[in-house]
Amino acid sequence: MDQKFPIKKVNIICAKGAIEDVYATLVMGNGAVMEGIETNLFFTFFGLDAIVKSRMDKLHTGVVGNPALRLPGGLRMPTLLGIIPGMESFTSWMMKGEMAKLDIPPVSEFLDLITAGGGKIYACKLAMDMFKFKKEDLSEHVSGILTVGEFYEHAAGEGSQIIFT
Amino acid sequence: MAQKTYAGITIDVNEEGYFTNPSQWTREIALEVAKELGITLTDQHYAILEFLRNRHNSGEALSIRSINHSGIIDVKTFYQLFPGAPLKKATKIAGIPKPASCI
Repeated sequence: MDQKFPIKKVNIICAKGAIEDVYATLVMGNGAVMEGIETNLFFTFFGLDAIVKSRMDKLHTGVVGNPALRLPGGLRMPTLLGIIPGMESFTSWMMKGEMAKLDIPPVSEFLDLITAGGGKIYACKLAMDMFKFKKEDLSEHVSGILTVGEFYEHAAGEGSQIIFT
Repeated sequence: MAQKTYAGITIDVNEEGYFTNPSQWTREIALEVAKELGITLTDQHYAILEFLRNRHNSGEALSIRSINHSGIIDVKTFYQLFPGAPLKKATKIAGIPKPASCI
């Protein structure tokens, strides 16, 4: 542990919208807030789903092209099984069930916890324009819609880290 | 094992200052641990310290989310009562181990 150069601020970028991508960002972000570290979360591209009200609690995990995905019991899930209708919903439902057992909250509640501790949530302007989202589509926890330049301004400072999940 | 003296009583602590024997805790001791962390305890602080101690004693994991279910305060108030790293500070003052949870 290096006490002389503590991490004072983290700026975490989430560009993907699968359960595991979004939760990696939320767990690391919330963990930083809990340590008293200033925290900015920046959602872009498919990561925007995590802060779009109608989508945030309905995230899925990919079942095709995911070689680490295993069936209960530990056998690898054959890619072909992934194309069965409902398989993605079922797998996502199982993942959420396992996370709930560990007291990991749904996305909307996670954003509650992060912002309650002073963490800030931002959306990427370019991705908002590209996916035709409006400010009203976003969770009330979102502090603003930023350009890349503004993101770097927010991220500036000694002891600040930019993390791309 | 390290020891520290609070309110005239010698307490067993680990290298980070967390109590290794939660039964040594008293309200007076809590007051002094809190002072060390720059916090002045109020009744609201004590209520949440009791909640954390009860939860620890019944073997339940502590997470920031569990504070919302305490029925005492919400997470936002928790952050205000124990500024900086609330769960770490609150458990230290409550005389229980540092939470091993990532959430």
